Amino acid sequence: MTALDTPGTAQVRLAADRVRLAYGDKVVVDDLDLQLTDGSFTAIVGPNGCGKSTLLRALGRLLRPTGGSVLLDGRAITSRSTREVAKVLGMLPQTPLAPEGLTVADLVARGRHPHQSWLQQWSSDDEAVVTEALTWTDMADLADAPVDALSGGQRQRAWISMALAQGTDLLLLDEPTTYLDLAHQVDVLELIARLHTERGRTVAVVLHDLNLAARYAQRLVAMKDGVLVASGTPEEVLTEQLLAEVFELEARVVPDPVTGTPMVIPVRRLRR
Amino acid sequence: MTLAAPTRTPASHARPRRTLRLGPVSATYRRRSLVVPVLVLLLLLLVAALSLGRGDYPISVPEVLGALVGTGEDTVRFIVLDLRAPRVAVAVLVGLALGVSGALIQTFARNPLASPDVLGVTGGAAIGAVSVIVLGGSGTTAAGVLGGLGLPAAALLGGLVMAGLIFGLAWQSGIDGYRLVLVGVGLSAMAQAVVSYLLTRSALFDAAAANVWLTGSLNGRGWDQALPLALALLVLLPAALATTRVLGVLQFGDETARALGVRVPLAQLAVVLVAVGLAAFAVSAAGPIQFVALVVPQIAVRLTGGSRPPLLTSGLLGALLLTASDLVARTALPETFPVGVITAVVGAPYLLWLLVRGRRRSTL
Ligand SMILES: Nc1ncnc2c1ncn2[C@@H]1O[C@H](COP(=O)(O)OP(=O)(O)OP(=O)(O)O)[C@@H](O)[C@H]1O
Ligand SMILES: [Mg+2]
Repeated sequence: MTALDTPGTAQVRLAADRVRLAYGDKVVVDDLDLQLTDGSFTAIVGPNGCGKSTLLRALGRLLRPTGGSVLLDGRAITSRSTREVAKVLGMLPQTPLAPEGLTVADLVARGRHPHQSWLQQWSSDDEAVVTEALTWTDMADLADAPVDALSGGQRQRAWISMALAQGTDLLLLDEPTTYLDLAHQVDVLELIARLHTERGRTVAVVLHDLNLAARYAQRLVAMKDGVLVASGTPEEVLTEQLLAEVFELEARVVPDPVTGTPMVIPVRRLRR
Repeated sequence: MTLAAPTRTPASHARPRRTLRLGPVSATYRRRSLVVPVLVLLLLLLVAALSLGRGDYPISVPEVLGALVGTGEDTVRFIVLDLRAPRVAVAVLVGLALGVSGALIQTFARNPLASPDVLGVTGGAAIGAVSVIVLGGSGTTAAGVLGGLGLPAAALLGGLVMAGLIFGLAWQSGIDGYRLVLVGVGLSAMAQAVVSYLLTRSALFDAAAANVWLTGSLNGRGWDQALPLALALLVLLPAALATTRVLGVLQFGDETARALGVRVPLAQLAVVLVAVGLAAFAVSAAGPIQFVALVVPQIAVRLTGGSRPPLLTSGLLGALLLTASDLVARTALPETFPVGVITAVVGAPYLLWLLVRGRRRSTL
């Protein structure tokens, strides 16, 4: 396993330094600090609308902070070129959009865009990486299928395959398991976990299923109303008190019979 | 970076993409996207040769080809090269420009119903042209300036000014395809109103001339129109082709495109500028010929397959449609119609069929 991500023991790859994020005048996240260390696997959890996607977009340089800064390998991410960032950091938005008629192979091939130039549009290197990404995600058989004709789970795997082909050290994934049945959720998370353990990728994922988040991620970050409420190992974060505070949920937390990680059993919604 | 060896057995038929390599240059292609444009090009040459032969003095296709390579009788050469070739050249160039422009705008706006007409570029050009026709003789200062420009230049100016307006209004730290179409529709309507106003203020004779221009016509078009258009295409066509790669990523929407390393506003600016430039030059040469830019990219994408209208095939198909329509307009009907009537007659039903059949979602 990779070194624990307590700041100081491993190199920080991506950091939010007192960022304030806003859409127009509406401030969504204020004064937030977060560090993703090399080789870590972080899950970001929190109720709908608390700013998880907003934070992820800022970390991926899709949204410019109105205060503070995002640092990629110690340098302000906004001072780097879009392409330079795209070679190091891959990002999957919450609801990615594939044009109609695009095949899986073409989708995955687009992941090579940051590595190509106008002259060198398709190298044998690109070819190998795409084929491998398709195989690795078990999508090779569906390579020629149009993306719009896939099931939700297959589509999710196709997009992950594209992010994989991009070949970045860092991966930010926004709710990659939404719309999937439990089996496919596990499938996708296994895939991401393997990216982390076998490929050494630094991964941050927004997830809604707390039990799965606790099981797969090394570190949990809980947000509420744009504020980072807790951060640490799943055991440290998923407490009955925190669930009441962040999700306004009365719940019992018991050890997962399979992995021993915390498992949340909801009792009832708390209304204040 | 490269990935380590696959952990599972590689699927047998993850076949490599077809790749063209020429020294340091490489690009992928699909077979259909090569075969279709070649076929369309051959068909275009055939129709162009037919068109050069038809008229008051019929000339056979072999004779036409002879004249083109410089053999044959002087009279035949004169008729083919000096009388008929310029008009056919304008048809080919205008069709090419409209086809490519439509393909660019439809891909960019992610909307099969987007086209230069919808975006108001054509309307702006119409204001410029009709102003010259209508105010040309009136002796005011504005009329003097416009008249000095000449009709094509005024149309070009009108189209570009309108494009600037669309841009200014649609721009919000980048351009959203949907917003662009909405702004364009609004400005088109306003342009229509201005043109109507100009027509009501004009003498009967001027209004008739303006109406012919507004239908889109190749009558009386010659080298004076073909040359500027050819020069514009010489610059804008390579520019359009250069955007192909980035266009394929822009299709994913802003967020994914940026995540893949595209400087989205810059790329959008380049694509829209090229598209608008092509449309404005085309309209300035032959008037607002309807439906070519709208319909041709959709036919092209159905012929070649893939997820977006192919640029070159759309251009060639546009040239074919316009040349063929002009041939029909000139010869098959009892009187000479403006070519815009024919493209509308062909294009409108096709558009309806497209919408009714609509396996592809059309979002507007
Ligand atoms: N483009 C936008 N313009 C204005 N406000 C926005 C925009 N995107 C998000 N917001 C607002 O910002 C807040 C945080 O949104 P965000 O998408 O980050 O939430 P989230 O935690 O990802 O929620 P979910 O779990 O539902 O995906 C919400 O109140 C939302 O309404
Ligand atoms: Mg979200």
